[in-house]
Amino acid sequence: MTVLSSPPAAALAADEGDRLTVVPARHPWRWVATVIALVLVAQLAHGLITNPGWDWTTFAGYFFEKSVMQALLVTLELTFLGAFLGFLGGLILAPMRLSKNRVLQSVSWTYIWVFRSVPLIVQLLFWANLGYLYETLQFGVPFGPGFFHFETKSLVSSFGAALLGLALHEAAYAAEIVRSGIVSVDQRQLEAAAALGIPRLRQFRRILLPQAMRAILPTAANELVNLLKSTSVVYVLAIGEIFYQVQVVYGRTGRVVPLLMVATVWYVILTAVLSVFQHYVERHFNRGWRR
Amino acid sequence: MIEVRGVHKSFGHLEVLKGIDLTVAAGSVTVILGPSGSGKSTLLRVINHLEKVDRGHVRVDGELIGYRQHGTKLYELRERQILEQRRGIGFVFQTFNLFPHLTALQNVTEAMRGPREAVHRKALERLERVGLADKAASYPRQLSGGQQQRVAIARALALDPKLVLFDEPTSALDPELVGEVLDVMRDLAAAGTTMIVVTHEIGFAREVADTIVFLDEGRLIEQGTPAEVLDSPKHDRTRAFLSKVLV
Repeated sequence: MTVLSSPPAAALAADEGDRLTVVPARHPWRWVATVIALVLVAQLAHGLITNPGWDWTTFAGYFFEKSVMQALLVTLELTFLGAFLGFLGGLILAPMRLSKNRVLQSVSWTYIWVFRSVPLIVQLLFWANLGYLYETLQFGVPFGPGFFHFETKSLVSSFGAALLGLALHEAAYAAEIVRSGIVSVDQRQLEAAAALGIPRLRQFRRILLPQAMRAILPTAANELVNLLKSTSVVYVLAIGEIFYQVQVVYGRTGRVVPLLMVATVWYVILTAVLSVFQHYVERHFNRGWRR
Repeated sequence: MIEVRGVHKSFGHLEVLKGIDLTVAAGSVTVILGPSGSGKSTLLRVINHLEKVDRGHVRVDGELIGYRQHGTKLYELRERQILEQRRGIGFVFQTFNLFPHLTALQNVTEAMRGPREAVHRKALERLERVGLADKAASYPRQLSGGQQQRVAIARALALDPKLVLFDEPTSALDPELVGEVLDVMRDLAAAGTTMIVVTHEIGFAREVADTIVFLDEGRLIEQGTPAEVLDSPKHDRTRAFLSKVLV
């Protein structure tokens, strides 16, 4: 306030400038907002503790129960295998879409278009009914004679169908995520690599991909969390992942809310673990960008 | 020896190089001058086949760059063979183009071949040569522009090229950092490195160049020693350009 009533800064004598103190601006509304937020949080916590409907004893009884643990394992398997196969597909589809060859481009484009269009649940039901379309599958010359024959039903279990569906679905999204990473890298980087005579594959692996990872990781982690939750959709194939399993239990006991909470809390915990993992992986690929 | 013969290059309808002939002796320094858009950079990029020519050819020590001659036809080489040829031709970019996720040392070793130990030693020696051995573990972001460009020069030298091409190596630098890069280039020239340099540093050209060529609208219109081209240019265009640069 002294500053406002003082003459312009330029007119201040040097010794006078030394005596002036800086007072930070006050934010009264910030305090009001903080109080409101705290009241709301307290109310929510109070409800969670006192409302008997949450039935925390049942929740605790089933949280580490054996069938739930096994189901959790299936959820994890589906998530990680789905993500692995999906991103493997994405690593093939993305360069195809960026290729100069029109055929490769259109195949990749069409794949991404189709698999992003079909709802996951519809696709899963298709794969589960593959045996209805093709009773046997065979390996051999395309359009020619086959050497090995398989019964479709014996080859594609319902777990296999679920994994196939998740991976194919995921590959379409992964392809776009990888592509966005690749195009985010300065083209001059590849030019420098080409000028140094670095072979094509090594350019991709050593120069392009590590830099693309910076753009890929946040969205890929997002997609992984999405996939974790999407695994709940495979309950339609009667696969014992966690969402299916809690339904089985509450179908028997009628305790719907606490069992939904069991699944919910596990999803939240797994997402938290993934977020921590994401933090460290991102830090690794950010080396060279920090000062 | 580098021979550029009858090189034409168009981007769409725009003809950037309209028949360039240029001979560069081994161990000599050639500076290419010319107004912007005259085709200097394109000419440089044609020499290591970063750009394909439409007509004409480039030879380095007798070896055709980017093509294989069969009768009267030139067949473009496979990418692998072109990459192999480029290892003999260093290229220094205006914007350095260091790999940001690798340290200075890793930038230098990235394209090198051979036993780990030897590669490491040689890379350090190259960094030493540009005065940056103490920055081996630094990432490009941690270096000044001048230091980054010197690492880029060390990276090009690490492959023992027969020839080093410099594409406006000091144009992206703050004025006070230009000197350190030119000093390194001066040392290279003194050591007998064959160099072709596109630059606007007339002082450097006068002092270091054996030959100065002047490019205008895709044609090489004047060529000679620094004294000939800079002090008594024959062509009006050269005179006009120099009067603007040598304020």
